[in-house]
Amino acid sequence: MVKPEKLIENGIRLDGRKPDEIRPIKIKVGVLNRADGSCYFEFGGNKVIAAVYGPREVHPRHMQKSNSAVVRYRYNMASFSVEDRKRPGPDRRSIEVSKVSREALEPVIFQEYFPRSAIDIFVEVLQADAGTRTAGINAASIALADAGIPMKSLVSACAVGKVDDTLVLDLNKDEDNYGQADMPIAMTPDGNITLLQMDGHLTREEFKEGLEMAKNGCLMIAQMQRAALLEKYSSLMEGEVNE
Amino acid sequence: MSNEIMSELRKDYIYNLMIKGEREDGRKFDEYREITIDTNVIEKAEGSARVKLGDTHLVVGVKIQTGTPFPDTPDQGVIITNLELIPLASPVFESGPPREDAIELARVVDRGIRESESIDLSKLCITPGEKVWMVFIDVHVLDDGGNIMDAASLGAIAALMTAKLPAQRFDVGEDTPVPMRDVPVAVTAVEIGGTIMLDPSLNEQSIAGTKLTVISNQDGGLSGMQKSGVLPLTTEQINYIVDISIEKAKELREKFLEI
Repeated sequence: MVKPEKLIENGIRLDGRKPDEIRPIKIKVGVLNRADGSCYFEFGGNKVIAAVYGPREVHPRHMQKSNSAVVRYRYNMASFSVEDRKRPGPDRRSIEVSKVSREALEPVIFQEYFPRSAIDIFVEVLQADAGTRTAGINAASIALADAGIPMKSLVSACAVGKVDDTLVLDLNKDEDNYGQADMPIAMTPDGNITLLQMDGHLTREEFKEGLEMAKNGCLMIAQMQRAALLEKYSSLMEGEVNE
Repeated sequence: MSNEIMSELRKDYIYNLMIKGEREDGRKFDEYREITIDTNVIEKAEGSARVKLGDTHLVVGVKIQTGTPFPDTPDQGVIITNLELIPLASPVFESGPPREDAIELARVVDRGIRESESIDLSKLCITPGEKVWMVFIDVHVLDDGGNIMDAASLGAIAALMTAKLPAQRFDVGEDTPVPMRDVPVAVTAVEIGGTIMLDPSLNEQSIAGTKLTVISNQDGGLSGMQKSGVLPLTTEQINYIVDISIEKAKELREKFLEI
């Protein structure tokens, strides 16, 4: 793939989106039988699946905390998820992504309710298309709720970036590869930012504007996450009423 | 680093000082600890720097050798950054392969140098597709007094600015300085009880829920950012940190990197 001459033409991006538009999202809640909670999340070309196990016993034992649960997050990319086969197993990038993703979700989990236990979150990226960490966090947040883990709120994540000197929401692969900046953020619906990373070039003003754009993106995603959960659980509740 | 043991009493003490607008060591909230940077401390390395930031002490060594470029960037040199939290530097560091804290630190230092395009990678090309310069930046933390991030980032850029491409040794011409274009500086802030402060000491860092590192360039633009830690930040807090970090980076750059 060579760099396209223009990534934005007449205010429209190569995939037909406007700068402040996110890619199509598809959410399925409770897709795995063995997991306590799970979610399949499609975000443009990204296909990720998140599973939550716990609260459960902590292995190895020395990791347990006497006054709260430990939250563990494993972000893993399938070898076939990218153009050139990825060597299986954790690398430095996925260890960092796991760390910041865990920290993006920890603030909303009532960890103190489950001392000496573990809440394990596993995210598998089946297909990657720029924005896998945000897709993973969105999926994991729903899977946590699906597992019945007490949470203060959902967490939604979305990236903002700069291509052809224009701020754009939710970068696709070409925009990520050839763009000038990438800034993934995660936040709660009440505006607390739980993940913030940035690389590339942004001026102070662009950063501030970008942050607001990303927040809007997160709010849009939050509504879809909520709707997906309601879809699964409101039908269950109706069933009970009818009995 | 998060599992540093600290008594509840000391936590209380620091927290209460904070509410009164004071810090344990008497600094202002936006004041850095004393910084000393000595360059060329390791003769065998192509570039090196020893950084003392308060009680934090580390050495950055830059080794440069020739190698083959990555297939997708045949005409560009390679930068590889590594940082290890060795057990010599703190009772809570363990031996073994780097863990997430060390990996995160190394990757953020790397991002600052890479994304600011401070090194002109195209000038590190010797023969396109065959031979390029590979720049290894290794950060050796000797004493953890808190805020390794900023010390490592200062050390890395200081070492690079004095580093030479060892062309004679590899028989590809005359030795020349590493082609530098920008001087990124990382500034780390923590939030404790609603107060934002720069350059956290070890104790402050242990109490703080969240750190935010902002890397800015000579033109005041941003080239990297990383939030680390489990507490959220508000937009106002983030914008405030970005503003003061850019100013502070300018000051650090002028004072310690002689730009």
